[in-house]
Amino acid sequence: MNTTANKSDDEICEIVSFSVGAQEFGIDIQSVREIRGWTEETVLPRSPHYVRGVINLRGAVLPIVDLAARLEMGPSEPSARNVIIVTQINDQLVGLLVQSVSDILSVNKSQIQPTPDVASDLAKNFVRGVLPSENGMLSLIEIKDILPVELGEAA
Amino acid sequence: MDMEEIKQTFFVECEEQLAELESGLLEMEAGEADSETVNAVFRAVHSIKGGAGAFQLEQLVSFAHVFETLLDLIRGDELEASADVVRVLLRAADVLSDLVNAARDGTEADESVWQPMKAELDQFINSNGDTSPSGAESAEDEVPVQDGPDEFGFEPIPISLDMFETEDDEAAGEYTVRFRPTRELFQSASEPLFILRELSGMGMATIECDTSNVPTLDAFDPTASYLGWTITIRGVENKDSLHEPFDFVEDQCELEITAIASGEATGALEEVSEDDLSPPVLEEIVTSPAEIEVEVAADAEMADEPKVQAQVSDAPAKVAEPSKQSANAAPATIRVDLERVDRLINLVGELVVNQAMLSQRVVEAGLTETSSVMMGLDELEQLTREIQDSVMAIRAQPVKTLLQRMSRVVREAADATGKIVRLRTEGESTEIDKTVIERLADPLTHMIRNAVDHGLEMPEKRSKAEKSEEGTIELSAAHRSGRVVIEIKDDGAGINRDKVRSIAVEKGLIGADAQLSDNEIDNLIFLPGFSTATEVSNLSGRGVGMDVVKRSIQALGGRISISSRPGHGSTFTMSLPLTLAVLDGMVVTVGGQTLVVPLTAIVETLKPKNSDVHNMGCDAAVVAVRDSFVPLIEVSEKLAFGEERTNPSDGVIILVETDEGKQNALLVDSIQDQRQVVIKSLEVSYGHIPGVAAATILGDGRVALILDVGELVQHVPGSSLNSDQPMMLEAS
Repeated sequence: MNTTANKSDDEICEIVSFSVGAQEFGIDIQSVREIRGWTEETVLPRSPHYVRGVINLRGAVLPIVDLAARLEMGPSEPSARNVIIVTQINDQLVGLLVQSVSDILSVNKSQIQPTPDVASDLAKNFVRGVLPSENGMLSLIEIKDILPVELGEAA
Repeated sequence: MDMEEIKQTFFVECEEQLAELESGLLEMEAGEADSETVNAVFRAVHSIKGGAGAFQLEQLVSFAHVFETLLDLIRGDELEASADVVRVLLRAADVLSDLVNAARDGTEADESVWQPMKAELDQFINSNGDTSPSGAESAEDEVPVQDGPDEFGFEPIPISLDMFETEDDEAAGEYTVRFRPTRELFQSASEPLFILRELSGMGMATIECDTSNVPTLDAFDPTASYLGWTITIRGVENKDSLHEPFDFVEDQCELEITAIASGEATGALEEVSEDDLSPPVLEEIVTSPAEIEVEVAADAEMADEPKVQAQVSDAPAKVAEPSKQSANAAPATIRVDLERVDRLINLVGELVVNQAMLSQRVVEAGLTETSSVMMGLDELEQLTREIQDSVMAIRAQPVKTLLQRMSRVVREAADATGKIVRLRTEGESTEIDKTVIERLADPLTHMIRNAVDHGLEMPEKRSKAEKSEEGTIELSAAHRSGRVVIEIKDDGAGINRDKVRSIAVEKGLIGADAQLSDNEIDNLIFLPGFSTATEVSNLSGRGVGMDVVKRSIQALGGRISISSRPGHGSTFTMSLPLTLAVLDGMVVTVGGQTLVVPLTAIVETLKPKNSDVHNMGCDAAVVAVRDSFVPLIEVSEKLAFGEERTNPSDGVIILVETDEGKQNALLVDSIQDQRQVVIKSLEVSYGHIPGVAAATILGDGRVALILDVGELVQHVPGSSLNSDQPMMLEAS
């Protein structure tokens, strides 16, 4: 995230890791407000295909982005076992629908490697760095890029 | 608090004072005023003047001064508050309000308006002078007895000073002012520094601070007042002027003003000042006026004063503060940031939803109605309802201020048209959401102007019709079945239906052969592009028609209707929701999704037969509703909820009317319920979706979308979008 970008390399940052499809992703814990189970959304008409709809988060209306669909990995078919990561950027709350949350990692900034130069649009658009992990590799993503255009601007 | 903030507070208070002033004057006009009303009116103007003086708003001060002087004559029974006088006073109050607004916005007030008004007031004061010399004197003299130190606040001193005035006049204009503020002065947010500055601006001043009372640190009370000042000032012409800076704090400080070189007077004065809070001094002066050779006017003043005091205060020890007491007699209020209230309202909205969810879960769990859990839940439900009502009540304000503003509109409209109009208001205490009140002001103003301009006839015409020359407009507000109903009723000529009809035909709004009921003709005036005034007058008919009024009422979730009797007048009835935070809606199912249709838009619901639905082209359809054909709108198709089309005969049709008065038939799968829902903005959390006004949370905890009927029907069927099309990208 921007807040940590300018700090020195040996600084520790914490990352929430989760899986979407068969891949591992991570986001900065600073932007995570809470993690909750999936509940059925109310469909929003004329929304982008990756916006699943809105849910009631203790009285607030929370838009849900299907991360799998957003990362062009095909729409997910969620069940109660899926998880919504409630993230906050500035004042904007957005829920990310993911397969499951795996871990919270403390990593040294110096461990984060730049995104390898691959042809994938996904990598170019969303991945801001990679980390070696137990299961192989974890891609760090920037939430702002995940958001629908309008929300991204508002945030 | 910096100066700017204090100034803002002053203007807020000004508004309150102006409202007080107007309501007092209206009472006087209605002949219901007692001496306390007149006092309240006087106090309002006096306070505005005082505050304006502190901020050097000279125009305001000079106007308020004349106004106040005239009111003082009425207060002293030297001028009768006849209908003519009160009318002038009311207009003066309007001008004063304009001046306050100009001062607040930092603009120049229109000289051509307030100067003549001031002259008019002056004329009253001077003409009164013929019969009452003391009144005339008070008008000429800038600082007369009545106008000097706050006479209702702190009577004994000015009188005693008058006693010595003759001696002081020879005292070479040199005075010693001893000023020691009390704790109360600071509590009322007065600032001695400003007073000292003002004093030093009056002449050659030497200021000494007396710190002898300051205790050691361990005994120091941060809220107490320990300092006093001695100001020696030279070159002051008038001793009374030295009192002016203390106008508003005189009962919150020890104050002593003595003329140097007049030792005798100083001694006597000190005696008075020391005892200034004790009633005996006052009594002594009052009961033995003959001993003190004061002016007749002052004497009259004094005789009046104790009566007022007796009304307000039974405690003799507080006799020196009657004005403060009566000013505080209004219900205690606090100012709260609107944001905090809104947050509270939101939280309570969540509480209501949560409570409903809990109830539903308990029912689902199979508990019986009589179980203690259910009974506890019932109580919880009642409590939450009560909390919701009380919280909503915080935002609610009486419509009094709104109705009062209209009396000014009527006066101005009557002046401009040369009609004689009386405004009668009813139900001033009816409470309604603050936002609704604010957004109601414009349409209401417009309707009142219309009523005066188009509704009422000229006086000559009225007398021909055997009506009183004075037209009446009745403005009433009342609560009716969870809504506020506001009625504007005039006793004018009523709607000229032939004329309305021919105009509508002329403007192509209806066909020449259209069969319309009287009521339908009356409602034609709400159509866009309709104006009955044959010529554009100063008041109405400046392009803003009743259609705009109707639209703004509908934007508030309200409805407006008109009924008219030729020769007897017209009545406009507006029905408004109590608050904008909740909405009455019909809960419907469309393509498996739950939606809410605002009740205000719904005309009727019906179950169509297949034979009622007629296709037009390949995409569109209309439905026959009684005699007319109404466009059929499939909500699920519009919102792209599902591919398969509902068979109209399986669904329900909701006939809605848009803001433009067009009817459309919405086809939905089924109607679930009709209920009140708490409005949650979608724009904040997501963005605007065409056809969706907002969201809400239903009893099952799910989010439901509230339809924006006007927007939903606007889109022609061809532009219907599939769900994958990123509409939001375009919207941004």
